[in-house]
Amino acid sequence: MMNRTRAITMTVNGEAVSRAVPVRLNLVDFLRGELGLTGSHVGCEHGVCGACTVMVNGASVRGCLMLAVQADGAQVTTVEGLAEAGGEAGRQAQALQEAFHRHNALQCGFCTPGMLASALELVQAGGTPGRTEIREHISGNYCRCTGYQAIVDAIEDVISHDQALEGAQ
Amino acid sequence: MKAADFAYARPDTIAQAVALMSRDDVDAVALAGGQSLMPVMNFRFNEPDLVVDLNAITELCGIEETPGGLRIGALTRHAELMASALVAEHAPLIALAMPHVAHPAIRNRGTIGGSVALADPAAELPACLLALGGTVHVAGANGQRQIAADDFFLGLYDTALEPAELIVALEVPKPVPGARFAFHELTRRHGDYAMAGLAMAVEVEGGVISGARIAGFGLADRPVRLEQAEAAITGFAPGDAQAAANAAASLETLDTHGELNASPQMKRHLAGVLMKRVLSGL
Repeated sequence: MMNRTRAITMTVNGEAVSRAVPVRLNLVDFLRGELGLTGSHVGCEHGVCGACTVMVNGASVRGCLMLAVQADGAQVTTVEGLAEAGGEAGRQAQALQEAFHRHNALQCGFCTPGMLASALELVQAGGTPGRTEIREHISGNYCRCTGYQAIVDAIEDVISHDQALEGAQ
Repeated sequence: MKAADFAYARPDTIAQAVALMSRDDVDAVALAGGQSLMPVMNFRFNEPDLVVDLNAITELCGIEETPGGLRIGALTRHAELMASALVAEHAPLIALAMPHVAHPAIRNRGTIGGSVALADPAAELPACLLALGGTVHVAGANGQRQIAADDFFLGLYDTALEPAELIVALEVPKPVPGARFAFHELTRRHGDYAMAGLAMAVEVEGGVISGARIAGFGLADRPVRLEQAEAAITGFAPGDAQAAANAAASLETLDTHGELNASPQMKRHLAGVLMKRVLSGL
């Protein structure tokens, strides 16, 4: 019943993976070290900076505050797979990536994978968040380059574009 | 940093979890949402022998109406509380507090049981439980017992929980007719722990406040009832400016603890500002 290693199976970016992992290994280190998905970044390792944010079963989580064994059976999506996901989620992720590029919403890019996961959750929630709500939503993701202005611009762009589409339909 | 080596168990029942937590020779910790435990393990402030993951225990899940109120399973995540129609209707104070709790990715994992068990002095949910006069349902080797919120928070990260006891659920009473609730906190950035915060539940009869429970957080070593302020507003109309001023003035002698972001004097000042703000909107 008590283990120091466990066999786990999960779906990462649409692909089934199985590994035996030390139980103390956190999810983001599993993704980076075991699977080579180094798009998710490791910053503070205590849940403050948001760089390791990934999607687990469609909800954003801190990859440093969840054990890999806790993601056993889960659907995990990292920045490598966000835009490749099927349906609306993939389209919205792609729109965000393009908007980040268009608005120059990154400089060093360290925060970007986590920022995109958080932004995607806001876009998926629908509604009409304004700049204040966007800032509140990404308040758990630190960017030390941009001053956030361009990031908020990019997210706002995607949200208002989505709404224009809905209005036209 | 990375957590030190530990053994891991994922029991399916409360009884199994309590048995795992109760072994004398094993330093065991319970893992719920992990949003506070994982950081302290990553920092190696806590190096347990055994991590007991509670996430497979379905008995700890769910929000249900009881004759007197709402029973919230300990494993209920912040995001679930935020989205719950039952919470919005029967525990509006918790609904008011939720947007202030951390960030979306933390709320997707963090649990109400974990927040109350940790008893961070600046956390929102322990203060809400105290203001609502809620009850903590716990399970241990000797069975289950209930602890009133007033008796639960004993000091800095210290609660009435015995080492091998687990929180099973939180129960909060339904609002009486005419009850009013208010919540406010001051932080450097949205989602941070509060420098000062207030959670308030007030009963109003015949146009005057007949009973008040005000919990301050981020002020002392634990969430605290502000009884002088409660007395200052009782018997007055909600929004009475003089009563609000008296309630705020009662905080000038509050025994507070300073921290990185705010000295004791600043906390007393902020608590007074919040008191006036909250009462004027009651």
